[in-house]
Amino acid sequence: MSFLLECPNCGRRPVDEYAYGGEVTVRPKSADDARALFSYLYFRKNEAGPQREWWFHSSGCREWFQAERDTRSNEVVQVAPPGGLT
Amino acid sequence: MNRLAERRGELIDRGRTVTFSWRGRTVEGLAGDTVASALYADGIRVFSRSFKYHRPRGLLCCGGQCPNCLVQVDGDPAVRACMTPIEQGMQVEHINAWPSLERDALHALASATPAFGMQVGFYYKTFMRPRWAWKYYEKFLRSAAGLGKLDPNHRRDRRYEKVHRHVDVLVIGGGESGLEAALAAARDGRDTALVEEGLALGGRLAFSGIDGANRAADLAAAAREAGVEILQPAWAGGVYEGNLVPVYQGDTMYRFRAGEIVLATGVIEQPLVFAGNDLPGVMLGSAARRLVNQFRIVPGEEAVVLTVDDLGIEAACDLADAGVAVSAVVDTREGETDERLGVYGIEHLHGFAPVQARGRGAVSGVVVARGGERRSLSADLLVMSGGTVAQYGTLVQSGGSIRYDAERRIYVPADVPAGVRVAGEPVGTTSAVPACADGGKGKQFVCYCEDVTTKDVNLSVKEGFASLELSKRYTTVTMGPCQGKMCHRNSGLVMARELGVDPDEQRVGVTTARPPHNPTSFSLLAGRGYEPVKRTSVHHWHADRGGKMLWAGDWKRPYDYGTPEDETAAVHESLGLIDVSTLGKLIVRGPDAAAFLERIYPNRYGDMKLARVRYGIVCGDDGSILDDGTVARLSETEFYVTTTSSGAGGMEQWFTWWNAVWGMDCQIVNVTSAIAAFNLAGPNARTALSGLTDFDLSNDAFPYLGAGHAEVAGVPCLLLRIGFVGELGYEIHCPAAAGEHLWEALMAAGESFSVKPFGLEPQRVLRLEKMHVIVGQDTNAESQPLEAGMPWIVKLDKENDWIGRYSIEWYQTRGNRASLVGFEGSNGAVPKEGAQVVVNGEPVGRVTSSRFSRRLGKAIGIAWVPADLSAEGTAITLSDPSGASIPASVTLRAFYDPDQERLRS
Repeated sequence: MSFLLECPNCGRRPVDEYAYGGEVTVRPKSADDARALFSYLYFRKNEAGPQREWWFHSSGCREWFQAERDTRSNEVVQVAPPGGLT
Repeated sequence: MNRLAERRGELIDRGRTVTFSWRGRTVEGLAGDTVASALYADGIRVFSRSFKYHRPRGLLCCGGQCPNCLVQVDGDPAVRACMTPIEQGMQVEHINAWPSLERDALHALASATPAFGMQVGFYYKTFMRPRWAWKYYEKFLRSAAGLGKLDPNHRRDRRYEKVHRHVDVLVIGGGESGLEAALAAARDGRDTALVEEGLALGGRLAFSGIDGANRAADLAAAAREAGVEILQPAWAGGVYEGNLVPVYQGDTMYRFRAGEIVLATGVIEQPLVFAGNDLPGVMLGSAARRLVNQFRIVPGEEAVVLTVDDLGIEAACDLADAGVAVSAVVDTREGETDERLGVYGIEHLHGFAPVQARGRGAVSGVVVARGGERRSLSADLLVMSGGTVAQYGTLVQSGGSIRYDAERRIYVPADVPAGVRVAGEPVGTTSAVPACADGGKGKQFVCYCEDVTTKDVNLSVKEGFASLELSKRYTTVTMGPCQGKMCHRNSGLVMARELGVDPDEQRVGVTTARPPHNPTSFSLLAGRGYEPVKRTSVHHWHADRGGKMLWAGDWKRPYDYGTPEDETAAVHESLGLIDVSTLGKLIVRGPDAAAFLERIYPNRYGDMKLARVRYGIVCGDDGSILDDGTVARLSETEFYVTTTSSGAGGMEQWFTWWNAVWGMDCQIVNVTSAIAAFNLAGPNARTALSGLTDFDLSNDAFPYLGAGHAEVAGVPCLLLRIGFVGELGYEIHCPAAAGEHLWEALMAAGESFSVKPFGLEPQRVLRLEKMHVIVGQDTNAESQPLEAGMPWIVKLDKENDWIGRYSIEWYQTRGNRASLVGFEGSNGAVPKEGAQVVVNGEPVGRVTSSRFSRRLGKAIGIAWVPADLSAEGTAITLSDPSGASIPASVTLRAFYDPDQERLRS
């Protein structure tokens, strides 16, 4: 992977400046549904297509942000501060 | 001097001789010569032995595309002699031959015993049985295979660098089209760089006689004039996402990011497949022309040119110009004698194809045939022009695609992605190329790198590998050092023939040309040998006083100061001082700071009083223990958090991530490297420290688990009264800049108590006596607090949600399966860390920490055991890696001072 990713704070940088934080997931609100809990803990969609994910600019501003990336082409559709994706 | 008259386009400097050593013999060449050209001029014809059959091999391509001239240069294996300029004193050795290049034992064996015919799959079929013999086979095969020897003691004195570059346009290939494209871009005002791997700019022009050389020189001069940066000889390793191109030049890897990439990679001339096509003296037309036009060497006395296109005719003319007697041009095409050949009086045979090269050890002639008609021609130089293939690898790597143009019999670009442009028109081969010859005797080589013959390819088809992608994995064709440059097309042709399909239908497929484009040394990929290290503010004090400085994560820490047992005893009996600056340190501040920590940790912080410190573990949402440390409350809205030494970066990310998820009103600051920290521990700690501060250290004013700001030796500090090592102790945090001053002041204040600095190893013993776990040593990714002996820290009755809560609730319901417990050895033996806990000979757990405690006079440790063996006093058996069986009993309370009397004193 050597694509360029835009940090909302620092601009376009090579992807090796960042740490990948995984897919944006929704945390269950209780332990009542064990299936939902374990699915949240251990399963990922691993979308072939646009995917919403967390990134940490570890060699830059050291801030978290979110990106929507097409996993087939590594085309970054949009980036935003946490919670700001449209 | 054995060279032709001086002429424009030659690369040699006739005024300067360079001597180097070839297999111990001194050889003289001219400045500008390559290892290959200097040796060829010296009369050397055999450069290497082939990979499998150890057949003698001579120059084939002279352009860095084939494996035939791989040599070892100054200890570097697999160096291409034809691409390496000679240097004074260079030591050049042959590879892959024993006992000598002239007489090779394996070649003798392979020729004398045809049954030894290492056809495709021989490896899997032959060495299967008897099974016990594999270790002997392997030894033999390992020594017979390979391309050179690495000297394990060889140390490089060269330094490899990586350089990051940005340009508007990067042109890959410095042939005519590449130079033209670069010139146009530069004249357009764009920042342009051009990469050419050859020893001369101009590509084919550079070895195409005076007119070509002139045109190449003019273009290169114009490009330089226009501001094109030319890297040469240098080569592009591949094309990666984001238009990233690694360019290798000398000892440097340039990481180019280009706005636009221009692919001007041109074509590669191909060999023909016939019996004996690997004899020394058989070479490509481009190779012969390079020797003649660039190095002014007469490559042979009597030549025959075998061709499928006009490139062979051009080669024949150049050879005739150089005074070589060209007895015939054998052309697979039909037609009239070419005018150019007519001028030289060279016979032009039409419709003939080569059947067999004659000669033993070197070529002496060739048999050619047209239908049933055969002709035998004598020659000491056999020149092949077997058509060309476009170098499409970089295009495919960039995300583009190719298609086969059946008219021109060549691959042409189909899709070219944005940001990439293809320059130049691939020169095709309009005539059909014979797949291979019929009726010849001996091996017909398809792949020179891996010694794959037509027989091998045919056998792979018979065995069911009907596409090139499958066949290559079986035969290894296209998988050698040339990566298919010399064999990709021919293997496809041979397969198509065996399958009985028209090669123009392209049913055989193509292989993927992956990076790197050329053999690349690991040194270039690795770059300079960085080993970044973090040092505490007292690093040099430790090192100067005998501290054994060892790696601890990114840090260097003193393991001990030479007397670990005395250091341990000092802490127990009087006073010790340890540098714990490596601990991670985070400040969490803001109106939501307490609420934030309540959500991060399984235990409570909202109820915490000011000036107190509390132990905490951090869990993942799966309940696993990620890290541990302490949290001190400095004010209503500010907390000082320590993490493990290796966990600082990870915890910073973890905290800031959840803060981003929750959007709480607090700020997290990593102050790890800004703050130094020392732990002064031992029964005399209070007395020693009180001499340096006005702060009231009495047990009433500053009890166990107190936290407070104090001035110590004139330095503003944060004192934490905690006890990882089990004695009365103060963790003193101060600005790193004042670290060394404070450390020295503490050592001086402790002098009357015989204070000893102590290292990591004494600390490990001391904490083990207290049964304090080390996260990452006693726990792993599967460890959760209920099983790790810390159910007390998990507050399932907290009102708020916290990370790991639901998983731990689930574990609570399920019950423990394993337990982390202490143990005491019953016979004095200390099991190694990693020893197994066994029941009836079966492993059921493992020892994570173990030491002999001099203080307690026994072997102690921590181990994971099954839940049913976790009761106090349970007898367990430990199996040491040495094979010894060690009896032990389970202990649940700290081995030392279980009631914390010393800690709270």
